[in-house]
Amino acid sequence: MSKKNFRPDVDAAPWKGGYSPYDIVKEATIALVIVALLTVILATLFGSPDEPAITIKTWSNAAPVDFAVTALSELNGTSGVAQYGAPYNTASKGQALGPLTLAKWVGPRIPVNTVTDFVIDPLKALPDQPLLTQGLKKWKNASHATRQSWVTNYTKASNKMTFTNGAIVVNATNAGPVPLFIDDLTQMAQSGALDQALVTQAGFYTTDYTLPLLFLADGSYLANQAARQHLTGDQWGMMNETGNYPGQAWLWLYTFWYQVAPFNSSGNGDVLVWGLMMALSAGLLLTPFIPGLRSIPRKTRVYRLIWREHYQSVEES
Amino acid sequence: MSYSEIERQWTTRLRRRFVRLLPPEKLLPDNQPTYVSSWIYVFGVTTLSALMVVIASGCVLAIRGPQWWHTSSVGHFVNSLHLWSVEIFFFAMVVHLWGKYFMAAWRGGRSMTWMTGVVTFLVSIATAFTGYVSQTNFDSQWIATQAKDGINATGAGAYFNVLNMGQMLMWHIVLLPLVAVLLTALHVLLVRVKGVVPPFEEHAKVNA
Repeated sequence: MSKKNFRPDVDAAPWKGGYSPYDIVKEATIALVIVALLTVILATLFGSPDEPAITIKTWSNAAPVDFAVTALSELNGTSGVAQYGAPYNTASKGQALGPLTLAKWVGPRIPVNTVTDFVIDPLKALPDQPLLTQGLKKWKNASHATRQSWVTNYTKASNKMTFTNGAIVVNATNAGPVPLFIDDLTQMAQSGALDQALVTQAGFYTTDYTLPLLFLADGSYLANQAARQHLTGDQWGMMNETGNYPGQAWLWLYTFWYQVAPFNSSGNGDVLVWGLMMALSAGLLLTPFIPGLRSIPRKTRVYRLIWREHYQSVEES
Repeated sequence: MSYSEIERQWTTRLRRRFVRLLPPEKLLPDNQPTYVSSWIYVFGVTTLSALMVVIASGCVLAIRGPQWWHTSSVGHFVNSLHLWSVEIFFFAMVVHLWGKYFMAAWRGGRSMTWMTGVVTFLVSIATAFTGYVSQTNFDSQWIATQAKDGINATGAGAYFNVLNMGQMLMWHIVLLPLVAVLLTALHVLLVRVKGVVPPFEEHAKVNA
């Protein structure tokens, strides 16, 4: 390659200088031993966090009204999941990156019907409940409009909901079996049976916690616990973990965008952040081919610090 | 079997090609150019060492299953080893990455080395993330329910369901580590094939 066409940010002339002895196996072994020892020291000194998972039983016993209000929102279609859109349903078109409605294009591939999945089907699993069986039959035989009027009447009265003497109390009229559903579901949740009912809908064996996690996330109990641990979105969110641990510090840039406009106020914030991070990742990947970006190392001369000894010896000779 | 028959074998051809590309003295060198003397070079081998500790501690956790570390003090300690080796791994990898950026380590036909490194970094982030959401504790509940919105917004959530613990665990312990290890191996082999990037020639006549 002639000197004339030499591109300093792309080309590197073959090394014609000296060589020194180098024991790569010894270096790797020493590094492994040191890293292993450092890991043992850090693990011994600091351990790791393990805050027990929240169950629906814990939630409904600690905050029965919050649970019942959430159950009602699943029934009346106002919950986060009920209005989510893809991949759970078609209730909304979802977020858009300019003209691209990516989630909508994919569609509801993990279908969730909040009425049946979170309320009706779990209640059907309760044994020996004659009143509930009657109520479920009444619900099944009612028209859509009738169901809607029952739910609407209950919802209107629910702002004065209380948990009194172990039962959810709402002074609602013309609400059909809805008061029974909400109270029975709360008691089912408090016994722990709802946790089981939500994970076993797919059969005996399961490792899929989509339904109970969505239900938990629709309530405010989970978010309140997270806020106490400084884990919410405006507290640098999911890059943190419980306790004083570094967490996923490498997600700092991803989490950073959620703290600033327009991402923290846009209805399309998530997809905008993802789009931006994809573009930045592509920039990092393609740095060797991007003029300007690939010149920064040469122009900042940080390399003089890295190869300090080399340049010293060059200057001395 | 005749000599020419052996010469035509796929095995013979592959071996010759591999040895030509990466002779033993390049694969396991006993010397290095004199410019390879800086603290920054430590972080590449530190990243590799941390990766080995991550995999070893992960394998121990796998023996008794995903719930073991919640109920056993030994299991909890192994989980701590896993966590801290991951922290060291990312710390070393990020320093390594920035060091290589300021060395413009893609020069001299080394762009593939740079790109395999960047992809390994991104795959490692995904691997760690799937680990965080399959911890089966409060952290995994919160991280999964928060992360779902970002992934769902891209459409990927329909296929990569962060609320499905079984799916995330499989990605964490099989698919993503496999990709990360293969990419790391390719990255290291490319470093050995191409050698360590030399310093900028400050007095060369250049045409930027």
